[in-house]
Amino acid sequence: MVIENHFFMAFIDYYKVLEVDKKATEAEIKKAYRKLARKYHPDISPNDKEAEKRFKEINEANEVLGNAEKRKKYDAYGEHWQHAAEFEKANQNQRYYGSGGTQEEFNNYGRDGNDDYSDFFESLFGNAGRRSRSTHQFKGPDYTSELQLNLEEAYSTHKKTITVNGKNIRFTIPAGIENGQTIKIAGHGGDGRNGGPKGDLYITFIINNHPDFKRDKDNLYATVSLDLYKAVLGGEITVNTFDGKAKLKVAPGTQNGTKVKLKGKGFPVYKKEGYFGDLYITFQIKIPTHLSAKEMELFNELSKLRAS
Amino acid sequence: MNTENFIPISTLCQHYKLEISFFNHLDENGLIDILLVDNTQYVHKESIYEIEKIVRMHKDLDVNIEGIDVVLNLLQKIDSLQTELLRVRNRLLLYEN
Repeated sequence: MVIENHFFMAFIDYYKVLEVDKKATEAEIKKAYRKLARKYHPDISPNDKEAEKRFKEINEANEVLGNAEKRKKYDAYGEHWQHAAEFEKANQNQRYYGSGGTQEEFNNYGRDGNDDYSDFFESLFGNAGRRSRSTHQFKGPDYTSELQLNLEEAYSTHKKTITVNGKNIRFTIPAGIENGQTIKIAGHGGDGRNGGPKGDLYITFIINNHPDFKRDKDNLYATVSLDLYKAVLGGEITVNTFDGKAKLKVAPGTQNGTKVKLKGKGFPVYKKEGYFGDLYITFQIKIPTHLSAKEMELFNELSKLRAS
Repeated sequence: MNTENFIPISTLCQHYKLEISFFNHLDENGLIDILLVDNTQYVHKESIYEIEKIVRMHKDLDVNIEGIDVVLNLLQKIDSLQTELLRVRNRLLLYEN
């Protein structure tokens, strides 16, 4: 059963990972590792999953090729790595296939919740490989998560509980959070390596569109229908704001598309309690249809008056 | 002065196995602010996240302090550009829907 598992593991060409030749010297490997590590280090490329993955691959490749003994074993058995188990068996007195609990022993390799090593690495070097790893402390992996909110939820500061890897995390979502904005919850990522600090949890907010209000940062935009007579003669109307209703004066002769600003009736400013953006209302003037004969007659009269 | 929210530099030196000169150099380059109280140097505990990042860059990547300063400035620029890009994208939604 263990052997079957081996057959499904992909061979990793560590030379390719480090972009070096198979005949590369120790110094060339070190140089290649440093160059790539500088490019893909999680502190240099924050929130970049691809870079994080590459960084782990580079570390693993350096772990093998940067160590003369491991490199020798990799060179000898790497491409036919399934024979490595036999090699280990012969040399280390049945590490994989020792009497009793074989399956459990195998399962212990790389199954401690830390997925920094590939199955390939584990099959080739097992725990021994891991133990001899450098004692550098590494921060644990960062986790990322997405959370959908509607605009009402983004309007007020509130607490939310989410479950990440079976752990409940309660945190505060500040009012005014933006679509696509990411907040960091420190120390809720994966465990650090060699006593390094835990990673962080990054939550990106997806804020769903609202049927009546559009948002641009702290300002809100809404379209309000205005009947022709109110637009021509002026008056007062009641409009919906995000948190209630407001009375609005309409100037006589208001044109279609006219914009008015309701100061402080927009969205809360992120992390500035008591500060709000503005609400911009665009008037859409409704032209009456299905006119009665009397209305038609009066409009004709108005038209003639205008012409003269 | 109350040093409750501060960490002595000597503690950091022990923890990260670094010389005190490393932290003084960071201070001289404006990467951290060291506070001197009764002849003891401290950093504010809120700066620990940034210090750890600097230490990792220095130890893992062999980047010197001047290099770290450049990296941090560029990362800050990337961050503000990403924020700007996000705002522009959100503004674009106003016209797309």
